[in-house]
Amino acid sequence: MTHRHDRLLDVPGLARVEGEGAMHVRVRDGVVEDVRLEIYEPPRFFEAFLRGRRHTEPPDITARICGICPVAYQMSACAAIEDACGVTVPPAIAALRRLLYCGEWIESHVLHIYLLHAPDFLGYDSALDLARDRRDLVERGLALKKTGNDLMEAIGGRAIHPVNVRVGGFYRAPAPADLAPLRERLRTALDQALDTVRWVAGFDFPPFHHDHEMLALTEPDRYAIESGSIVTTGGLEFGVREFERHVVEEQVPHSTALHAHLAGRGRYLTGPVARYTLNHSLLSPLAREAAEAAGLGAQCRNPYRGIVVRAVETVYAVEEAIRLIDAYEPPPFPAVRVPPRAAAGYGATEAPRGTLFHRYEMDANGLITSARIVPPTAQNQAAVEDDLTRFVAGRLDLDDERLTHECEQAIRNYDPCISCATHFLDLHVERS
Amino acid sequence: MPTLAVWKFASCDGCQLSLLDCEDELLALAGRVRIVHFPEATRASAPGPYDISLVEGSITTPGDARRIREIRAVSRVLITIGACATAGGVQALRNSADVAEYASVVYARPGYLDTLATSTPIAAHVDVDYELYGCPIDRGQLLETIGALLVGRKPDLPAHSVCFECKRRNNVCVVVAYGEPCLGPVTRAGCGAICPAFRRGCFGCFGPAETPNDAAQVDLLRSTGMSGPDIVRMRRLFDPAAEPEEATS
Repeated sequence: MTHRHDRLLDVPGLARVEGEGAMHVRVRDGVVEDVRLEIYEPPRFFEAFLRGRRHTEPPDITARICGICPVAYQMSACAAIEDACGVTVPPAIAALRRLLYCGEWIESHVLHIYLLHAPDFLGYDSALDLARDRRDLVERGLALKKTGNDLMEAIGGRAIHPVNVRVGGFYRAPAPADLAPLRERLRTALDQALDTVRWVAGFDFPPFHHDHEMLALTEPDRYAIESGSIVTTGGLEFGVREFERHVVEEQVPHSTALHAHLAGRGRYLTGPVARYTLNHSLLSPLAREAAEAAGLGAQCRNPYRGIVVRAVETVYAVEEAIRLIDAYEPPPFPAVRVPPRAAAGYGATEAPRGTLFHRYEMDANGLITSARIVPPTAQNQAAVEDDLTRFVAGRLDLDDERLTHECEQAIRNYDPCISCATHFLDLHVERS
Repeated sequence: MPTLAVWKFASCDGCQLSLLDCEDELLALAGRVRIVHFPEATRASAPGPYDISLVEGSITTPGDARRIREIRAVSRVLITIGACATAGGVQALRNSADVAEYASVVYARPGYLDTLATSTPIAAHVDVDYELYGCPIDRGQLLETIGALLVGRKPDLPAHSVCFECKRRNNVCVVVAYGEPCLGPVTRAGCGAICPAFRRGCFGCFGPAETPNDAAQVDLLRSTGMSGPDIVRMRRLFDPAAEPEEATS
């Protein structure tokens, strides 16, 4: 066991996160001086090359920001462009979007629970190692994930970068017969999802409490996914159009990274834990019951329990998908027209990892003149770094290898999607 | 057991996710190859050499241009996966633009970026043994390729156009029936003609087929009512080098 007062911890490549990041921790005289979550994901300049593209293109183009949550990008892009053009899609199209989004929540949450996160709690390097001892568990996770993917394929054509989404709706509405086989699969998936909640609820959660302000979309009568207005645990309530007035990016002294903050209030957290804390009363009775049995209270303030919240949200998404399929009637037209006009539009939806905001400005011909995208991981970065600082301070007695491993695990609690967050972060290439 | 490594450059992670999306085959595959480097899925990592390296993403930084050479040196077979790795990806839209201006639009402190002016495919930097096209790649093609290498035969990968897949799928031609602009005639097969099955024209995400007839394609797009700038935009989204003949005239 080492007890050094000056330490420099470097995790050059974080594993089991989406994209590529690194973490640097500096400890001097026994005090944690600096914690940085760094991204070396190369910049891809989406906001720049969206300029000059047609207003119909952002759903297809921005999907390519993230292969894990492309639907979130498509839905936020559609919402923003339809807002600019003054178009509201009819309820049947909105319901089909929600159904597609449920598929992505299932696929993304289950990927994270089984393949990225659970191995940490069980002491394995990967789900493939876990499968050697408990193949049944990994097979259950893969089957559940596949149901989410198949739902996305049935509606979107494929699970990664679906092709059927367009501004105004869809290219083709699925026939009820396309969705019927999925309904049976989803019944099985519901049992698997409930088993998943019970399974992860039994993990050993290190005690940790944070008091970050939390932010999520909310709707009056249901758990918000593809639409809503914004609320925070600090009592803020505002519409998506006001997002940029409340969320500001600031340069912090110890780093060149841009962090999103709530204006005048500081760091905040978005994502499953924030959604649960703000909206759990709107979950289905079954999902609420599962949450309660899993030991989740009215708030979730321990980031380690994020895996339980993801499992509960998976139950909800499966149930919601069944409900939407049962109520499904193909819309008379798969899409409504969205004629361009010179305007700005704002859209936000709840990606699996949190609130995803888009803003577009376009000219009268429908050519985009500016674009802004604020992904959840960039919003969470300040809160994650703050957690890590306190986390490391309480574990300075660990040796470097153990501490590094535990920090990695703490980061994975937040399921950072680094492919999405690249353009908010201090990015430079290490040169020894 | 043969070893498999998965590497990432500038990309969205979707193509390596395709490997994890092989739900029915993933555990069987893990029994036939030893996955020794796959940061998205495992903490463990073993040094090379590797029997098979799957490479996702394009080269956009000087550091990545060096890293791909190191990977090539320790890989027996190197397979590029996806539009970014095979053609530069959507981020290759920077190639005809002023990257310094791009950086100033997106980043507050562009001076900290270490980026190249272009997004280039892996094959522009090192020799590549096989290329899997698509944004994202097709799972079936990925399994076909790994499976073929395991038994020592050449992977069966199409070079023909999406039109052939449309016929095999019994799709109605969206150009003829609905007047939808479609890049099917000049786009490489492999997706299974998904877009036309959804009454949408192909938008080219598998990149160009071998020997595309661009002039005829431009005429076809014009016949659906498209004009020059839109034709260029459509052709270049996944084929940054495309110079659609006469589209700009």
